[in-house]
Amino acid sequence: MLSLLRTMWDVFLHAFHPRVTKQYPEQPAYLAPRWRGRIILSRDPDGGERCVACYLCAVACPVDCIALQATEDQTGRRYPAFFRINFSRCIFCGYCEEACPTYAIQLTPDFEMSEYKRQNLVYEKEDLLINGVGKYPGYNFWRVAGVRIGGKDKGQSENEAPPTDIHDLMP
Amino acid sequence: MTTYHPIIAIIGILFVVLNLAALLIWVERRLLALWQDRYGPNRVGPFGLLQPLADAIKLFAKEDWIPPFADKWVFILAPAIVMMTALLAFVVIPVSPGVVVSDLNIALLFFLGMSSLGVYSVALGGWASDNKYSLLGGLRASAQMLSYEVFMGLSLMGVVILAGSFNLSDIVFAQKKLWFVIPQFLGFLLFLIAGVAETRRLPFDLPEAESELIAGYHSEYSGMKFGMFFVGEYVGITLISALITVLFFGGWLGPVLPGVIWFLIKMGFFLCFFILLRASLPRPRFDQLMAWGWKLMLPLALANLLVTGAVVLSLHHG
Repeated sequence: MLSLLRTMWDVFLHAFHPRVTKQYPEQPAYLAPRWRGRIILSRDPDGGERCVACYLCAVACPVDCIALQATEDQTGRRYPAFFRINFSRCIFCGYCEEACPTYAIQLTPDFEMSEYKRQNLVYEKEDLLINGVGKYPGYNFWRVAGVRIGGKDKGQSENEAPPTDIHDLMP
Repeated sequence: MTTYHPIIAIIGILFVVLNLAALLIWVERRLLALWQDRYGPNRVGPFGLLQPLADAIKLFAKEDWIPPFADKWVFILAPAIVMMTALLAFVVIPVSPGVVVSDLNIALLFFLGMSSLGVYSVALGGWASDNKYSLLGGLRASAQMLSYEVFMGLSLMGVVILAGSFNLSDIVFAQKKLWFVIPQFLGFLLFLIAGVAETRRLPFDLPEAESELIAGYHSEYSGMKFGMFFVGEYVGITLISALITVLFFGGWLGPVLPGVIWFLIKMGFFLCFFILLRASLPRPRFDQLMAWGWKLMLPLALANLLVTGAVVLSLHHG
């Protein structure tokens, strides 16, 4: 019986406690620097698309919300013809970012993507692509990759040894 | 007093009571939130005051569904009864001298009768829904309200002995020197507990018990029929608070301020107390509830009645 009165008194005292609710739209929520929010496609420092359309993100995605189609330009550089993320399915796990070999796909601290129509949550490549490098400022995949593309031959990448002449017997 | 006075009282009391019941929905949610360190509804209008209006619009816009397996007419009748009996009981509540719809000489008995009739709404609603959870809720409600009705009436008899009248205005006038809460403290506690049980509020909300019975007797109700049960509950709380004020805390009596204001202040205090009960107390088991009612409350009420009667007799005839 006394414990009931004690409970009532303790609950009443909570009237003078500070409230824990954050008035969200007026008081913005704190988002950690590594917050996994809206997905973007970044560009390399030269302004080219980083994505090489390797499909690894689509494979890693546990909910299959990423769809893309690889293609090549005249110089032999691979890029996605289309790149589509269905954010109504995305669970923001960040596996695509981990899988990406070129730091192209990245998750940003932004989660405010409410839409009145579900269809509007399907983002196309032009919605995803940003004019920036994202979290990795200096990185350019094509400059370090040992792949021949227009204007850059084998052995001309950064830190890349000239190709071995396999007809030469010298060590 | 002129002849049109009751009409004005009817309109005034009906207006105030129904609006108060609607406002209580907001007050309850805000107060519960305050005691749980939250904000509660604060978006619709200033301080969220228009929240009941939004709720009402939502309830009216919802599908008013009657289950095909339900007993149709009883199903429709049940929510009307709860509102009807609660509002009818307000007829006898004197808000301030003369401001009363009907100054019955058996006002207290009339109130007890009306609150007993209120059981029908819950029992019939649970029965007509033809659903096991509703039936269990209705069953619990009738058992609970029957057993708490008994000592509710008995706990008030002490007040009647002291005032020498069943008329609520006379009871208030008899408290000019001393509020009845002091000589009748036990009676006040018993009536408070019985009142909570009578309005089916936490901690005595076993007929609803959303964690056990979905929503108990009104599981199958939707739209404004559910709204009737909902508002009926708040009218019931208002009624019990008003009665506690009248019977134990001197009704409209108080210095400086006009009587109506005093009445509303005292009533508001008990309304908040009801909400505090909901915020803090857990729900007992059903057998505990019944055991409490019959084995503890009833003997206490009888003892209170006996002692009060003996003391009054010895003072008057000794």
